[in-house]
Amino acid sequence: MSPAITQVQLAQTQFAQTHLAAGEASEHRPLIISLFAVFVVATLVITVWAGRQTKDAADFYAGGRQFSAFQNGLAVSGDYMSAASFLGIAGAIALFGYDGFLYSIGFLVAWLVALLLVAEPLRNSGRYTMGDVLAYRMRQRPVRTAAGTSTIVVSIFYLLAQMAGAGVLVSLLLGITSDAGKVGIVALVGVLMIVYVTIGGMKGTTWVQMVKAVLLIGGTLLITFLVLLKFDFNVSDLLGSAAKNSGQGSAFLEPGLKYGLTTTSSIDFISLGIALVLGTAGLPHILIRFYTVPNAKAARKSVNWAIGIIGGFYLMTIALGFGAAALISKQEIVESNPAGNTAAPLLALHLGGVDSAWGAILLATISAVAFATILAVVAGLTLASSSSFAHDIYANVIKKGQATEKEEINAARYATIGIGVVSIGLGALARDLNVAGLVALAFAVAASANLPTILYSLFWKRFTTQGALWSIYGGLVTAVGLVLFSPVVSGKATSMFPDVDFHWFPLENPGIISIPVGFLLGFVGTLLSKEKADAGKYAELEVRSLTGTGAH
Amino acid sequence: MQESAEFGELRRAHRSFAFPLTVGFISWYLLYVLLSIYADDFMGTKLFGNFNVAFVLGLAQFLTTFLIAWWYERHSSAELDPKAEAIKSRMEGGA
Repeated sequence: MSPAITQVQLAQTQFAQTHLAAGEASEHRPLIISLFAVFVVATLVITVWAGRQTKDAADFYAGGRQFSAFQNGLAVSGDYMSAASFLGIAGAIALFGYDGFLYSIGFLVAWLVALLLVAEPLRNSGRYTMGDVLAYRMRQRPVRTAAGTSTIVVSIFYLLAQMAGAGVLVSLLLGITSDAGKVGIVALVGVLMIVYVTIGGMKGTTWVQMVKAVLLIGGTLLITFLVLLKFDFNVSDLLGSAAKNSGQGSAFLEPGLKYGLTTTSSIDFISLGIALVLGTAGLPHILIRFYTVPNAKAARKSVNWAIGIIGGFYLMTIALGFGAAALISKQEIVESNPAGNTAAPLLALHLGGVDSAWGAILLATISAVAFATILAVVAGLTLASSSSFAHDIYANVIKKGQATEKEEINAARYATIGIGVVSIGLGALARDLNVAGLVALAFAVAASANLPTILYSLFWKRFTTQGALWSIYGGLVTAVGLVLFSPVVSGKATSMFPDVDFHWFPLENPGIISIPVGFLLGFVGTLLSKEKADAGKYAELEVRSLTGTGAH
Repeated sequence: MQESAEFGELRRAHRSFAFPLTVGFISWYLLYVLLSIYADDFMGTKLFGNFNVAFVLGLAQFLTTFLIAWWYERHSSAELDPKAEAIKSRMEGGA
């Protein structure tokens, strides 16, 4: 599979000009708007309810640690399955067949890293943020500053992609084409996310994730069922029809269809594959979910639920993507959106019957599900970054641990508003940008800056503060720097700035370089440290991380 | 406590399970990625119906992911949880 598909296709989900709106969607606008409104009102009610139960910092940051493993498993799935998963993978499969499916696999396998190495020790040794674990046995202020910085950078990149995507997607589905209208939608999403997080905290956000996960799985199950019904539940026939209708024949079912496999694109794909599989366990908005359950065992079980739910979902993307390829002409998909991003809503329309009420209802439902998906992911990301700002940077660095709980939560609320405003601004500016690099970059930065430090902290006795700082900042700067000088940003028609060319790094994904750099710098930084690792602290961390003794 | 034999056993029970398995599934995933790039003829071989090697290996990745998750859960419940519980209750009782 080619990186060009993976990155451009999936992350860019929302960006190309789409025409679904112009024809079908505008007639269905009242229905789509009503369903959106129902979702928004329902989640706001949940948020206000959760807000009234949010009394202390553990409620705000960690939802009171009272969610069950199943509830948190649902919420983790909700946080993880973004618009890129739902619309992007379906679209990539619809246009490029097998290559789109390869992506699902990386996203799923990545969970094993979280399960085997990260979830339980993190739950045992941290309190509210990723920084808690990284700073546990280090000098607090520098390491927390670094952890907070990388949390916010990863989240903002991820957030920016979702925000801009939300604006474009929703405006397409609603048939809004004016610039003012699109900016208005981005602003609406931003305001909603600020409300969810400031009022509902982790409790409200977790419930929103659960509702969204149920809607997403429900909508996907319905479409999958309808697709399979058309093919008498014979998956082989479905694949055959898809291959035939795609005009590609059996090549549609084989790897490497879309782009010629040059050396560069092959290496780029390996790079992306590594970033995906190692990035998940370093994504801050996923990691803080493990604090919402009472203990490490529940954290482990919630990852298991998430693997089941997410795995099931990605299996269903086969039916969605190949179903769209089999039932809709390629021309129609591409005309609606060159990147295939509206394939799933289009499929819903076709399954119900174009020009029929049933088709309109299905289209509206799937569109509303996509909207719910984006809103929930955006809320999760905002919470992760404002928590880290308040807990790591404000309370422990600026106030040196002297802030009261109330001050800390207030700082988190203000940070939420700040991050919300920034992402509304960036989202409005970025709505025509190619965000391909942003999502891939979020994964690559997470894998380069966060994962090495997490693993060294938990499992390497000699790891020092200097090692942690080198690894976080080194991974961060390498990943972000390489993307800046990659074709994602300049030099190609699909770049953010297609008119200028200052790229010299050939790959779109920096992972193959920046991840080893992150690990290596952590190692070298430690060996060159003047100070020795605090053996007593490590002993304490090790016992605590494996047994939960003294865990919050 | 960290130097006790009891804790050493817990650590060994976790690491000797999680570390090799991590190396294993990452290698298996990378093998699959590399095959997809460099062995397209092999991957395109039809096995049954319209299912080719690539598809079956892809589904196998799903299957192994589910199996490893299940296996780790079983190992944890049987080997790790009781040991961790015992140490924790002793430390917290003693403290």
